[in-house]
Amino acid sequence: MLLITCPWCGPRAEIEFQYGGEAHIARPADPVALDDAAWADHLFMRKNPKGKHRERWMHRSGCRRWFNMERDTISHEITAVYRIGTTVPGKEGT
Amino acid sequence: MNDQPFRLDTAAAPGRIDRGHAMRFVFNGRGHEGLAGDTLASALIANGVHLVGRSFKYHRPRGILTSGPEEPNALVQLRAGERSEPNVRATQAELFDGLIARSQNCWPSVGFDLGAVNELASRILPAGFYYKTFMWPPSAWMFYERLIRRAAGLGRAPDDPDPDIYDKRYAHCDVLVVGAGPAGLAAALAAGRSGARVILCDEQAEMGGQLLGQRAVIADRPALDWVKAALTELAALPEVTLLPRTTCFGYYDHNALALVERVADHLAKPAAHQPRQRLWRVRAARVVLATGAIERPLVFRDNDRPGIMLAGAAATYVTRYAAAPGRRVAVFTNNDSAYRAALALFDAGVGVAAVIDLRPEPGPLAGEIRARGIELLTGHGIVATHGARRIAAIEVMQLDESGGRAIGPVRSIACDALAMSGGWNPTVHLFSQARGRLRYDAAQGVFLPDRCDQALANAGACNGAWSLGDCLAEGFAAGATAASAAGYATAAPSAPAVPPESRAPLRVLWVVPSDRPIGEGGKHFVDFQNDVTAADLGLAAREGYRSVEHLKRYTTTGMGTDQGKLSNVNALGILSEALAAEPSTIGTTTFRPPYTPISYGALAGRDVGALADPVRTTAMHTWHAEAGAAFEDVGQWKRPWYYPKLGESMHDAVNREVKAARTCIGILDASTLGKIDIRGPDAAEFLNRIYTNAWSKLEVGRSRYGFMCKDDGMVFDDGVTTRLAADHFHMTTTTGGAARVLAWLEEWSQTEWPELRVYMSSVTEQWAVAAICGPHARDLLAELATDIDLDPKTFPFMAVREGRVAGVPARIFRISFTGEISYEINVPRRWGLALWRALMQAGADKGVTPYGTEAMHVLRAEKGFVIVGQETDGTVTPIDLGMAGMVSKTKDFIGKRSLARGDSMRPDRKQLVGLLTDDPRIVLPEGGQIVAELKPEPPMAMIGHVTSSYHSPNLGRSIALALIKGGRDRMGQALHVPLADRTIRVKVVEPRFFDPEGKRQNG
Amino acid sequence: MVDAPTPTSPLAGQTHLPRANGPVGVTIAERVFAGMLVLRGNAIDPAFIAAAHGALGFDLPLIANTATSAGSNGALWLGPDEWLVVTAPDDAMARAVGLKVALVGLHAAVTDIGDSRTIIRLSGPKARDVLAKGCPLDLHPRTFGPGRAAQSLIARAGVIIHQLDDIPSYDIYILASFAAYLWNWLTDAGLEYGIVPGAKL
Repeated sequence: MLLITCPWCGPRAEIEFQYGGEAHIARPADPVALDDAAWADHLFMRKNPKGKHRERWMHRSGCRRWFNMERDTISHEITAVYRIGTTVPGKEGT
Repeated sequence: MNDQPFRLDTAAAPGRIDRGHAMRFVFNGRGHEGLAGDTLASALIANGVHLVGRSFKYHRPRGILTSGPEEPNALVQLRAGERSEPNVRATQAELFDGLIARSQNCWPSVGFDLGAVNELASRILPAGFYYKTFMWPPSAWMFYERLIRRAAGLGRAPDDPDPDIYDKRYAHCDVLVVGAGPAGLAAALAAGRSGARVILCDEQAEMGGQLLGQRAVIADRPALDWVKAALTELAALPEVTLLPRTTCFGYYDHNALALVERVADHLAKPAAHQPRQRLWRVRAARVVLATGAIERPLVFRDNDRPGIMLAGAAATYVTRYAAAPGRRVAVFTNNDSAYRAALALFDAGVGVAAVIDLRPEPGPLAGEIRARGIELLTGHGIVATHGARRIAAIEVMQLDESGGRAIGPVRSIACDALAMSGGWNPTVHLFSQARGRLRYDAAQGVFLPDRCDQALANAGACNGAWSLGDCLAEGFAAGATAASAAGYATAAPSAPAVPPESRAPLRVLWVVPSDRPIGEGGKHFVDFQNDVTAADLGLAAREGYRSVEHLKRYTTTGMGTDQGKLSNVNALGILSEALAAEPSTIGTTTFRPPYTPISYGALAGRDVGALADPVRTTAMHTWHAEAGAAFEDVGQWKRPWYYPKLGESMHDAVNREVKAARTCIGILDASTLGKIDIRGPDAAEFLNRIYTNAWSKLEVGRSRYGFMCKDDGMVFDDGVTTRLAADHFHMTTTTGGAARVLAWLEEWSQTEWPELRVYMSSVTEQWAVAAICGPHARDLLAELATDIDLDPKTFPFMAVREGRVAGVPARIFRISFTGEISYEINVPRRWGLALWRALMQAGADKGVTPYGTEAMHVLRAEKGFVIVGQETDGTVTPIDLGMAGMVSKTKDFIGKRSLARGDSMRPDRKQLVGLLTDDPRIVLPEGGQIVAELKPEPPMAMIGHVTSSYHSPNLGRSIALALIKGGRDRMGQALHVPLADRTIRVKVVEPRFFDPEGKRQNG
Repeated sequence: MVDAPTPTSPLAGQTHLPRANGPVGVTIAERVFAGMLVLRGNAIDPAFIAAAHGALGFDLPLIANTATSAGSNGALWLGPDEWLVVTAPDDAMARAVGLKVALVGLHAAVTDIGDSRTIIRLSGPKARDVLAKGCPLDLHPRTFGPGRAAQSLIARAGVIIHQLDDIPSYDIYILASFAAYLWNWLTDAGLEYGIVPGAKL
């Protein structure tokens, strides 16, 4: 029942969106260079924090754009919504 | 009025009922009369009926205890037949002419109840009784459960379908005000006047809250005059929505709230097209909770006899409904509010036997009580009650200074009703659902709202404001603040004057002592619905239960349909005393939606029957339906499954269709396949990364089959993609994968490779597709496609041509899912039906045969073509499917690295093989487990499973595909498929049964 | 001999409505065979915007959830690099060619999807109430008026909703295969408000 502000379309009901898991997981530029353990870590291991979490969402029933969101996994407070390829506003470098 | 012996006359008690409008109703088979404006409960009281049910465990006689949603006893089965509804609180059921209701928890009748034998056996029904008794032997639980359920008998669901409409709607507002008592009305006025969009909901038919059952004064006039003026003003504000008969039952994240409006529950049946109930899904910028308070029972010995009710309820019945709870009512209290109830009763002509106050010092209204000649006993408590089906007398004793012991002589007082008050609990349910924190106020003995992350405010009694003046002031302030925060700046109006109230503190005594120890000689009920006593709670504490959540589940306190609205705080208080801990350290149980029970109908809304889920159909659907096709659900699509002729079985029809496709011409509606238009200078490079095989060198006008994997290397989808221009591709996907694959492409394009210049658009529904196949398919097409050269030398397998077919623009792909000469004719959807008809008409003399999905499956299985989702399940790589040749060794693609993981290269991975049964007539069950080493009985090592299995009419025998560990190395091996009643021997073969060289499709 | 082909719209034959209550609160009709093109391109590239304008004769909407129109043609914003160009029936081909010519040399895409969707027009004082039953958008006049267009859901179907006027009237774009479901859903939702078939479009 979240109210999610799509960076393009504005506030919309959660049912319009698709969850996309943890954000800012860079796909290795050269996967072949990784050993099995490092590749498995990239594929499967996620933080799953209690508290602020940066995650990807897609406005599936709207503009179909992916974006990033920072959400508190306890209170569900959304503290930032920002476009793919950018970082949390005001927290560059994190 | 003789029919309603306890109805008070107009002069003494005008009430808010319509005395000119009598209504007949039947309760437990007996006819009664009530008045418009009554609830079922008030009508019963007016008729002198208090015994309305039996308690859950002991089957003790129980009466109407409250006048609201907290009612634990007066649960009825309302209406009869298909509209019958269980667990309706008589206190909330509005009376209508012809209403029929029955007590629920009694058999054979409420007056004579066989289950009451439990009462005699109550010594063996202690706390945790269910856990202690019914858990051994474990095998007997099913038997016990049936008995318990029957004995519990909380109503019956009707056997017939519900004939009514239940509706849902979304709503958005700046301020949602929950509760239309004084605080809620004030909040709505303040917010509404600002121009903000306001929704005001209240669970009662009439707005006004507690004011409806009190004799309050606002601005020197009856408070109800102020209520009426407020409602008139609110109704005239265009952006204010008033929702009476509407319970806010759920408070979810980000100020999403759920309301249920009982649109027609108060009618015998809804009007045509009128919903019975409507679920409102509200998103509010701000919420004002003005949910009031619920009176708390006192816990004393045998406090559950019919005729005992909450003091506020007694006052409400007299003031609002002109219904007297008795002729001689005793009042028992620990606070001031019951004094007002006593005065209301007396002034309405009801005899008041005495006011018994637990407090040593009387409240400020003592003078008014005494002035009316009512006896006031302070520092006293009720130590026993008498009366079989209704209270007849109470026994009163003085309490010692600590309140822990009854002392002195016992005095008996005759009465036919008892009004009790243990103080008021703020209704914090919604606040708690909103994840608001509560704080315990020891002086008042209540939990109050503390802080909450959501954009809400509490106002009035739910916030601990007990005087009318405070309720109005808080309401106005909260409404103005909420509107301002939502962008409609406004100041709080000044509250109208109300007479001052002086209050004395209440005295918290969680259990009123009697002359015998708790648990002996009577029962001190805490939870009336689930029959939990103070002794049960004490026992649980002695047995070591410390957590209130555990205590709740062990004793079942608060677990009835009332969810402990009356019992939770008392139970907590008793537990805290037993543990010698502060209630604040113990905390409360978790409040969860719904606040009161909600019908499944309201939750389902109109998503039932034909509207339960979208049914997707193709452009040719009407033809299929007229041809008598049997349909198969493929996701939301309806696809023709097979086309039975008169008298044909499914087996016959599928065999006929499969043979026609190989010997003559078959025609399939392939419109549901996913289609994606991919454009841009980097489109080929994009496909290189998406598919396991290479795309850069594909010529314009040619098609290629491809696998997509997820990055874990497992097959995700497959399909044929065609290059229409250097920078333009037409991708096809599986029917089920259409939306998933487009989302997948968008995800990689947007998030990983934004530098690639490529755009994707779904064209699944743009094209209707008729796939024709078979040795004579070209002849048929030639008749209709006059401007296209069909010569296989110029239009070979895996090529595309554009032209006109049957006079409509078409794109023809020479691709095949059957292994035959095949043309997939794509036309814009509007021409789909015309194309199909033209093909059927032109092919009539050539034996064209429509075939469905079942024949399609057989045809492709004969060829060993896989279906993603049938031969794969998210754990299968292209190499497992024997498609190593389609996996590029040079370029990177999604999943490549994972295919090089040790686990992906294990030789004993499950691999795709064919299976032939020794007996060609036996068709293996799909999903059948395969073993190499047969044992007399399980367990046996399972090495794989059957993924596809059919009778092949072209081979005249059964065929199957399977995934088997190390299957490629088992060619020729004999294996076994053990079933429940027999074991089938099979031989492992190559997964290609028909035309293994694949020559036919090139013809 | 094969009959001359006739085109079929997704809601052909879908005109039956149960008898509704009281006065007419809302009308429903299919707007058949409107031309529809998905246009993709870089909204912040002035060359793209100018080329699109040149081919269309009107501006593309650059503000989210809005539409622009000129006569029977118009464009709806679908995303930061995506628009739905709507044309009169049979005009789509010419528009598509015009756009493709104008956009030569730019990274852009024009895809004909006119057969993918149809349009259900819902109009009348109760149209907003009918939509509120299944659409989570806030369609209140303060937030959504004429000229607004948004992608969302109605019940279980994805839609594009374009408000045309203050009556209010809405053009609801729906995938062809979902059209019958949505039509049935809307007519069911409209029964209590008096729903009748609208004028042929």
